[in-house]
Amino acid sequence: MYAQLVETGVKRLKTEDEMSAQERDFQQRIDAEIKIEAKNWMPDAYRQTLIRQISQHAHSEIVGMLPEGNWVTRAPTLKRKLQLMAKIQDEAGHGLYLYSAMETLGADRDSEIAKLHSGKAKYSSIFNYPTLTWADVGAVGWLVDGAAIVNQVVLQRTSYGPYSRAMIRICKEESFHQRQGYEMLLTMMRHGTQVQKDMVQDAINRLWWPSLMMFGPSDEHSPNSAQSMAWKIKRQSNDELRQRFIDQTIPQLQVLGCSVPDPALQWNAERGHYDFGEIQWEEFYQVLKGNGPCNQERVATRRQAIEDGAWVRAAAVAHARKKHLKNVA
Amino acid sequence: MHQPLIPFLLRLGDSAMVQGQRLCEWCGHAPALEEELALMNVGLDLVGQARNWLEYAAELADDGRDADHLVFRRDQRDYRNLLLVEQPNGDFAVTMLKQFLYDAWHFQVLEHLSQSLDPRIQGIAAKALKEVTYHLRRSSEWIERLGDGTEESHQRMLAAIPQVWRFTVELLDSDALEQGLFEAGIIGDPQAIAAAWQQQVAATFASATLPLPPAASPFYLDSRRGVHSEHLGLLLAEMQFLPRAYPDATW
Repeated sequence: MYAQLVETGVKRLKTEDEMSAQERDFQQRIDAEIKIEAKNWMPDAYRQTLIRQISQHAHSEIVGMLPEGNWVTRAPTLKRKLQLMAKIQDEAGHGLYLYSAMETLGADRDSEIAKLHSGKAKYSSIFNYPTLTWADVGAVGWLVDGAAIVNQVVLQRTSYGPYSRAMIRICKEESFHQRQGYEMLLTMMRHGTQVQKDMVQDAINRLWWPSLMMFGPSDEHSPNSAQSMAWKIKRQSNDELRQRFIDQTIPQLQVLGCSVPDPALQWNAERGHYDFGEIQWEEFYQVLKGNGPCNQERVATRRQAIEDGAWVRAAAVAHARKKHLKNVA
Repeated sequence: MHQPLIPFLLRLGDSAMVQGQRLCEWCGHAPALEEELALMNVGLDLVGQARNWLEYAAELADDGRDADHLVFRRDQRDYRNLLLVEQPNGDFAVTMLKQFLYDAWHFQVLEHLSQSLDPRIQGIAAKALKEVTYHLRRSSEWIERLGDGTEESHQRMLAAIPQVWRFTVELLDSDALEQGLFEAGIIGDPQAIAAAWQQQVAATFASATLPLPPAASPFYLDSRRGVHSEHLGLLLAEMQFLPRAYPDATW
């Protein structure tokens, strides 16, 4: 999930009696699965929650380019290099659609990005982990994009029209990335040397738990979920999505011939799901607070890029103005 | 005809590859999100073109090496890319100036190659020409924006020109190998390409309000003989790290 712990600003759900006529109409529309569009009336808290969620999602796409960018100059074959470049390009594109969807809500891209750089806005915790070997690039494609898809497939039905449509487009590309990531790992496991196989297992060992944390805190510690669910911004709970991800990923893991670092992982025939061990939530909250292994570097890199590029953007604006004046004259 | 063709294909392929690698270095550092997309997109085109040229070179050489081997296992003395493209990215002014000077040359080269008597070259060039037409449009627009933008951007362009201009000498001269390929109808007339390049650069510099330096003169370095600047070795050390560190691996 690329958006975690999105604040709704709402402490408890309003009852129907407490709602204004406008709010009641709005909720009925949502209950009837009619999409909310940019020009429709919406409660301010709905609008602000969406801005936070979509911007967080967009920031994640952009920050998410950095751990991959760490390897794009070192991809080992032409095919892998082209795949990774195309993937990074898609992610920049996803960032663009998402910022555009966010702007339909009246938010401004530059000021939301400024919040990212000041540490006020969040992005997915997963991108604060380093990519240490080439196998991490495959594992990120498989696990991180895989987890993102589980969330985003559901978000295709989210109540806000522009966000839902962005998700439909993004999901198609993400599934492609996930298959590519998996295929990279499979190639290393089936045709690679022992050193490469160890590299794959090591990548999974390091990225497994952080991937599960992508779905956010467990439902009992997810204070904003009830309102987001009532508004159908969110459609399924964090724990349901996490379980689905685990259930679909473990068979793929078995095909790879790898394991996950969780001794409690076991198929539970009665539940029809995998049981799994306790997530280290302290680590998750530390990473969210900015104390993950790469938080400082990720934000600093983004801030630096925008600061270094200020003169370029200023030149583009100045040139466009000159050209406009020339055309008018 | 194969023997002279192989080094020529290496020149084309290596230049596209090294320029693509330099663009990869921009990932996450571009001045705007739209530019992240554009820089990676141009890089993707160039690495794709490099693969096409080098696959053809590898087939002609038929010595057991494939395109990947040529990219990831050759050392710098065997690389044949233009000196211009191996220069460090510098700021966005240096990057766009290198890109533009290369694109203006690349466009002319491909336009001629898309009429080549060698059908394989003709096909690769025709496809690449479509991509490079866009690259040139984009980079020449940036030269105009930066040259005729703000005082700062103008100053940065003025500072960028002397850093890269001397490497343009290779875009204007040619050697016996190229003359021979031209006479055989495989590649375009090097003199015509040089003249068209000079015309395009002069026109873009004029609309960018940038002074056009006098033509660069040849000096010690010569990529056609694999005598590169020191920068290429480091670029290759990074790009070739995995295949060299794990020679038996399958990726």
